[in-house]
Amino acid sequence: MYKYSDFDSDFVRERNTQFRAQVARRISGALSEDEFKPLRLMNGVYLQLHAYMLRVAIPYGTLNSAQMTTLAHIAERWDKGYGHFTTRQNIQFNWPSLSDIPDILDALASVDMHAIQTSGNTIRNVTADHFAGAAADEVADPRPYAEWIRQWSTDHPEFQFLPRKFKIAVTGSDNDRAVIRAHDIGLQLVEQAGKLGMRVIIGGGLGRTPMIGKVLEDFVPLSDLLAYLESVVSVWNLIGRRDNKYKARIKITVHEHGLDDIRARVAERFDQLRGQYQDAALQLLDQIKSHFAPPPYRSGSVTGFDRDYRANPVFQSWIDTNTVAHKNPEYAIVTISLKAHGQTPGDATAQQMRVIADVAKTLAHDEIRISHEQNVILPHVHKSDLFALWSALKSAGLATANIGLISDIIACPGMDYCALATARSIPVAQQIAQRFDALELERDIGPIKVKISGCINACGHHHVGHIGILGLDRAGVENYQITLGGDATETARVGDRTGPGFSADAILPAIERIIDTYLALRIDRDEPFITTYRRVGLAPFQAALYPQERGAHAAE
Amino acid sequence: MSRKPIFKVITANHLTLGDVIYLDPWGAWVRDLQSAQVFDSPERAQSRLEAAQNQTDVAVGVYLADVHFIDGAIQPAHFREAFRATGPSNYDHGKQQQANHV
Repeated sequence: MYKYSDFDSDFVRERNTQFRAQVARRISGALSEDEFKPLRLMNGVYLQLHAYMLRVAIPYGTLNSAQMTTLAHIAERWDKGYGHFTTRQNIQFNWPSLSDIPDILDALASVDMHAIQTSGNTIRNVTADHFAGAAADEVADPRPYAEWIRQWSTDHPEFQFLPRKFKIAVTGSDNDRAVIRAHDIGLQLVEQAGKLGMRVIIGGGLGRTPMIGKVLEDFVPLSDLLAYLESVVSVWNLIGRRDNKYKARIKITVHEHGLDDIRARVAERFDQLRGQYQDAALQLLDQIKSHFAPPPYRSGSVTGFDRDYRANPVFQSWIDTNTVAHKNPEYAIVTISLKAHGQTPGDATAQQMRVIADVAKTLAHDEIRISHEQNVILPHVHKSDLFALWSALKSAGLATANIGLISDIIACPGMDYCALATARSIPVAQQIAQRFDALELERDIGPIKVKISGCINACGHHHVGHIGILGLDRAGVENYQITLGGDATETARVGDRTGPGFSADAILPAIERIIDTYLALRIDRDEPFITTYRRVGLAPFQAALYPQERGAHAAE
Repeated sequence: MSRKPIFKVITANHLTLGDVIYLDPWGAWVRDLQSAQVFDSPERAQSRLEAAQNQTDVAVGVYLADVHFIDGAIQPAHFREAFRATGPSNYDHGKQQQANHV
């Protein structure tokens, strides 16, 4: 877990004091809205459809129990008793009043949290593999590097007025769980001749023009990482377009200039910057690494776990879907689903947050992660504690066994909250989850990624969903476009649009037709949706979705 | 599709609460759409809007929204405005909650 130095604490407190005064001046009328808006955005405060929204950074999704308890306290005292975990591993409070936000920020500062750079044209919260530090398949823990990057990018004087927002994701594994190919910069820890370095991928992104990132450099030595990142952002800061916000992201810069041109510019800038990031930066990295030491693993018998696993089918089913292999064979990585059927994806009540904090503290080495898939991870649970953990979660409505299944849906807030949205996302997610639960088909369908966005900005990652749903406003009516075959992993791919969209009433039946088609076409139960899709392509799904068009073509 | 006549209301969000508000016929900001002043003339709405936009001590992001009159009630013409006038669909929060608690 990162640790604030005295400097960090003072800095955040000072920022909060400044913002408190800015809020007071806005309320008194001394500041106009035009003057105030950039100041509130710098502190994560948006004005949404029904209320202000505060977006709090959870650095690379890492929390401890004291922080989770504080989030619960904020939800209860200043909001409506819940929080929404986002696809950028952050948390959003949907109902704070402007006058309470300074107090909320002070409460966050008391547990080393803030909302700085959760908005605006800056480098946003760095995201990371939510299994970091625990995954059996990682080369090394990416979190120290994510923290290093966070410290470099926070309040970086050159990067406060970028052409557009800038997002960096880091993973330590070949199996990409951090969607690094859909970020402005995606970083992968790799080993070369016994040395660690970073593969640097740039120009990925979703939104209006989805693009899969390209490898800019296969191996950047870690000692050069910050200078290299600074070179990339600096090049884009100069040549990135500021005339059109839809063309401002680095993906467009890379597309327009070409990867080789960008690489040459970065190399030139890197020569200038390289010397500036040596001793002090590397000392800082060493210090950070010491804060991310593995937890004091304990060793003990797991026979009780084996017995419970065999004896209790409900527990067994939860273990099978919600846990994965830990690097320590006596341990498991647990995913707590925030996708109970019919609930809002990513929402947790204050009471649930307290239960999570409590089990993390007592059973999971006080470590919690938020995943970009809007679930909560306990990365280190000894297998002998799994039954007690499951029992505690069950009583809080947190033991839904659906990770990776059709009801484990990513959904942005959509038009239920977001001022930018063009249609709702949440009710579509609720309907899909409830429908397939009622049909008892979820387990039969098996692994599938459904991702829903309520506008082209694609916060719900719909382009890289196996089934992607995009909500649009078509002549004053909600309309949902479907894409199929998207992939968020190391084999990243943008999904194929099926054709015309569906109305709010027709989107669930359309999804059912897609699933029926898959079930009919798969070779056997072991062939997951995405494999079947890759094998048979779009056509059979289009035929199922648009039977009239098929008839019309046949008649031509 | 029948074309219902379109009227205008002036709407914004409240400066401190962020809540959706509407301008009423007496120039006060109210929380209930049914109490809003309805303009049948776009020109009058526009000139009133400019005055309302200067009331920055209460209202943020003032704009004109389209409404219809149906059975004597003001109804938002667009679904976005309908959500603003009621609240989110996943919880009984926002205006629908306030209405239920009056």
